[in-house]
Amino acid sequence: MVDFPLLTAILLTPIWGILVLSVMPREADKTIKMISAVTMAIALGLTLYAYWAYDVSLGGLQYIENVPWIPELGVSYALGVDGISLPLLLLTMLIGFSTIFVSWNVEKRSKEFFIQLLLLIVGAVGTFVSQDLFIFLLFYELGIIPSYIMIVVWGSSERVSKEYAAMKLTIYLLLGSAFMLAGVIALYVNAFPAGMRTFSMQVLAQAHAVGNLSENVQIVTFLLLLLGFGSTLSMWPFYSWAPDGYAAAPTGVSMLHAGVLKKIGGYGLIRIGLLILPLGAKFWAPFIAFFAVVNVLYAAFVTIAQKDLKYIVGYSSISHIGYILLGFAALNVISIDGAIANMFAHGIMTALFFAMVGLVYEKTNTRQVQSLGGLAHQMPRVAVGFMLAGMSSLGLPGLAGFIPEFTSFLGAFKVYPLYTLLAISGIVFTALYILRVLANVLFGPRRVEFDTCRDASGVELVSLVLLGTILVVVGVFPQVLMGMVNSGMEPVMALLVKLHVTPALLGGVVQ
Amino acid sequence: MFNQYALSHVVLIPLLPAISFIIVGFFLRRLPIVAATVSVGMSLISFALSLGVGYGVIAHNITVENPLIQRVPWLSIAGLKVDMGVYIDPISAMMLFIVTLVALMVQIYSIGYMRGDAGFGRFFAYLSLFASAMLGLVIAVNFVQMFVFWELVGLCSYLLIGYYFHKVSAREAAKKAFITTRIGDFGLLVGILFLQILFGTLDFQQLASNVPAYVAQHGTNLLTIVAILLFLGPIGKSGQFPLHVWLPDAMEGPTPVSALIHAATMVVAGVYLVARAFFLFSALPNAMEVIAWIGAFTACFAASIAFTQRDIKRILAYSTVSQLGYMMLALGVGSVTASMFHLMTHAFFKALMFLAAGAVLHGLPDKNDIFAMGGLRHKMPVTFAAMTIGVLAISGIPPFAGFFSKDEILLAVSQVSTPLYIIAVVTSFMTAFYMARLLIVVFCGSEKPDNHPHEAPMSMRIPLVVLGILAVIGGYIPYANHFGDWVRFGLASHEGLDWSIAATSTVLSILAISLAWHIYGSGKVSPYNLSWRFGALYKLSFRKYYVDEFYLWLNHTFVDGLGRILNWLEIHFVEGIVQGAANLPVGLGNLVRKAQTGKLQRYGLIMFGAMLIIVVWLVLLSPLFRGALSGGVY
Repeated sequence: MVDFPLLTAILLTPIWGILVLSVMPREADKTIKMISAVTMAIALGLTLYAYWAYDVSLGGLQYIENVPWIPELGVSYALGVDGISLPLLLLTMLIGFSTIFVSWNVEKRSKEFFIQLLLLIVGAVGTFVSQDLFIFLLFYELGIIPSYIMIVVWGSSERVSKEYAAMKLTIYLLLGSAFMLAGVIALYVNAFPAGMRTFSMQVLAQAHAVGNLSENVQIVTFLLLLLGFGSTLSMWPFYSWAPDGYAAAPTGVSMLHAGVLKKIGGYGLIRIGLLILPLGAKFWAPFIAFFAVVNVLYAAFVTIAQKDLKYIVGYSSISHIGYILLGFAALNVISIDGAIANMFAHGIMTALFFAMVGLVYEKTNTRQVQSLGGLAHQMPRVAVGFMLAGMSSLGLPGLAGFIPEFTSFLGAFKVYPLYTLLAISGIVFTALYILRVLANVLFGPRRVEFDTCRDASGVELVSLVLLGTILVVVGVFPQVLMGMVNSGMEPVMALLVKLHVTPALLGGVVQ
Repeated sequence: MFNQYALSHVVLIPLLPAISFIIVGFFLRRLPIVAATVSVGMSLISFALSLGVGYGVIAHNITVENPLIQRVPWLSIAGLKVDMGVYIDPISAMMLFIVTLVALMVQIYSIGYMRGDAGFGRFFAYLSLFASAMLGLVIAVNFVQMFVFWELVGLCSYLLIGYYFHKVSAREAAKKAFITTRIGDFGLLVGILFLQILFGTLDFQQLASNVPAYVAQHGTNLLTIVAILLFLGPIGKSGQFPLHVWLPDAMEGPTPVSALIHAATMVVAGVYLVARAFFLFSALPNAMEVIAWIGAFTACFAASIAFTQRDIKRILAYSTVSQLGYMMLALGVGSVTASMFHLMTHAFFKALMFLAAGAVLHGLPDKNDIFAMGGLRHKMPVTFAAMTIGVLAISGIPPFAGFFSKDEILLAVSQVSTPLYIIAVVTSFMTAFYMARLLIVVFCGSEKPDNHPHEAPMSMRIPLVVLGILAVIGGYIPYANHFGDWVRFGLASHEGLDWSIAATSTVLSILAISLAWHIYGSGKVSPYNLSWRFGALYKLSFRKYYVDEFYLWLNHTFVDGLGRILNWLEIHFVEGIVQGAANLPVGLGNLVRKAQTGKLQRYGLIMFGAMLIIVVWLVLLSPLFRGALSGGVY
């Protein structure tokens, strides 16, 4: 029992689910959904156990598994999680579990749908648990192709056609992953001499310390990674795939993409960018901080002008990514703690938002704000979900979004006072568009045309209750999340302190 | 014995309403009677505990310098430790008393006022949540705790203003309140971040001991900016100019809400914050001056608007803004005692007046305009008595509560600045005038024939009587019992009544009331003629100096305008580039060979070509590769 391969079990559970689904007859619609749900319930349960059993006081990588795979290339099946990846793994499972129920009404080719949904989840899980760059990339790519198919087959066309949106998303992400690949190869080649080369993140993280990675190499490599992870994270100006992609995708895919897959970008920036290439991170940090502010404000203003609920959530999500980027760019423990926690909080919040938008769309057949109104009369539960997501989005204390934002602001304020000030002003604009949406969609006179719409019930409530509860619990007891995240970042403190002392090429980082 | 228990269980005071919120909100929404019973019961226990705390503070000699503090860790990461806790000193004990008392009264009142409303359970759930958040704010041990509950009371305010969410006006007012206060909270948040960075702590007690040393070492320049940023929060929350615009609109909420949140408790949170952080503000003369002037201006400005308003609740709302200005003014001139004293008496008489106004609206449904009322004193004697007490109290007529607290403020102001004193006195005159106008127009004169008013039910009359008694004696009793020795900052500054100031303000108030009677009561002067003669001024005041219109214009022009411009760019420019980039390979491909399968492959081809170049370049760049070339270690 001591060496029970917990992470492998977590990773394999949805894969078994896929295998079972693939031999199911396609007519067994209910069974397919039940199998998916059970699969994800087991995976979520295992992950919750992993989160609970993780020793925060000890910190560091835990549940380690390491089996050499291609020794000639230094590739191994290395798994492990720490305070940085475990919250994101939990996020994946929480949202993944919810998406099964959100997609409960998918009738068309449900077998293929759920297989690909589980594939997406496997892809995300794999990136978060792997400690080997090769495997990391493998799993990352796994998420892109199903996205394309799912958008084209099960998506919807509004502002742009779903084919166009799917193509755009795919190209952006593939292009990004190509840059990522280049970065990883550059890293692989430069970090250690031939014969000692490895894809192990742990070993690569030592390369800087032993002086194998010169500043120039780090800077170039980090740029490649930044282009890759930046497009995943929808950093300005590589965000254009996101709103169209989310809008066209079926609800479950929007939730997974905005809630989870996007976070792989932020995770990669920290795990690979910062921990392996600290000098590169330091060089590019001021630029990232600048783009972060552009993300926050530009996307916030674009959101203000949107009329389609999915575009509102999509652009709003891009705006919030700015806070994560800013937290990262400040390169101190508090701010990165905030950034990681924000990835979790933002993921839950956005997923809940998309789930609610999906419900509204399913029931009213419209996502246009001006054709909606007064839905709180007919659908009070959906209204509660909307309110929770909206309030967390505008950073209301008591919900998950506040402490992550507060800590990233606090950490960033020391380093980039002006940028942080501008970013904080975003909370006012966020409040403006969120409250407008809530007002125009939920409140106002009762509209008779929606009287036939039934409130959320049964499986539709799963995502609302689960994600809403998480928002409240993490908001009221932030230590549950922050303690975990901090245990992941505290060991990095020495590196960050040293980083701030060494002079930078560009004087953006001040003590 | 009980006060010992209360002091060690202060946390129950906010916790009980929170429990009530959960029980009522999740399980009792369909059972109005049970919901109200649970809610009122919890409030009653909270109130009893607050009384116990009050006695405990006196019995155990807990003073401002020697507070009782309990903390539990809430958040602890490298470089940031935040506690939640309980901070009991005479100031917070007084606030606990006020909040639990008014919350209890308003809940009792609401049983009658909200009877038969479809959202009865929801209403009591919100009220409980509000009480809990407000009490959590009062006992805050640090800025984070204060900010957390500060935002939560804002949420409750939003929910309760928009309680009648089928009304577009209520919906819009709720939104406006949230966004306007958010602007202030932006400053507050930045100020808090500054404090954490400058002092490494946000704990009130630790900050209080660190501020003097910091000021001695670094001067006050930066700290003054920080203090003013912090003060933006109170400007928003306490409806100070220029962020006062939300408070009158907040009257869209049910009247008990206006009494509780938008008169007696939440709106004074800003005043309370400044008092709580007085160790900081009082060390910064320039910040104090800003506070004093904003307070004085707000007091006078709001009073001049209240002059011409016709909606009974809006008149009261502007009067609240004005009185909050008074409290800020008192703080700005350095008198926590006067400010807190007025905060307390104001809570009594303003809650009283709102509840009386609610009784009027209950008796005359769908009428807000005071000129559509008239002669209500016969049919609604209790309400009439309550409103009269309230008006006399706010006008500062002895021996009503407002007299003592207002005198305390005027005294403190007169010692600091003559211009501010004049503004305060003029405001006091105006206050007496417009409040008397309200009273006379609504209750005197002849009844309107198509009005059929009726007195409020028992559950609504009890709070009127209780608050009415407090509005009479709530000034003299604290005054006679050395209020200023307890609720203060620094040395006790209670000096007894200054008879010349008291006499001046009293005489002026009586003059103002007579003037109002002359115009609105006697019928000798026609108010319509007056408004016609001062047409421009009248209109300026009636339209609230067009501040709302100005903000609306700003918002539509700049915020929405920028949004539209960026969205246009987004669709036409950014999208254009994306499409151009996507079409580029196709175009290039077409040059070479026509009719291939599709875009994606071409795109991928180009992509991988580029990748290859980059990889090769990087490999060539790597020192090891170069080393290998030259040294031949390969």
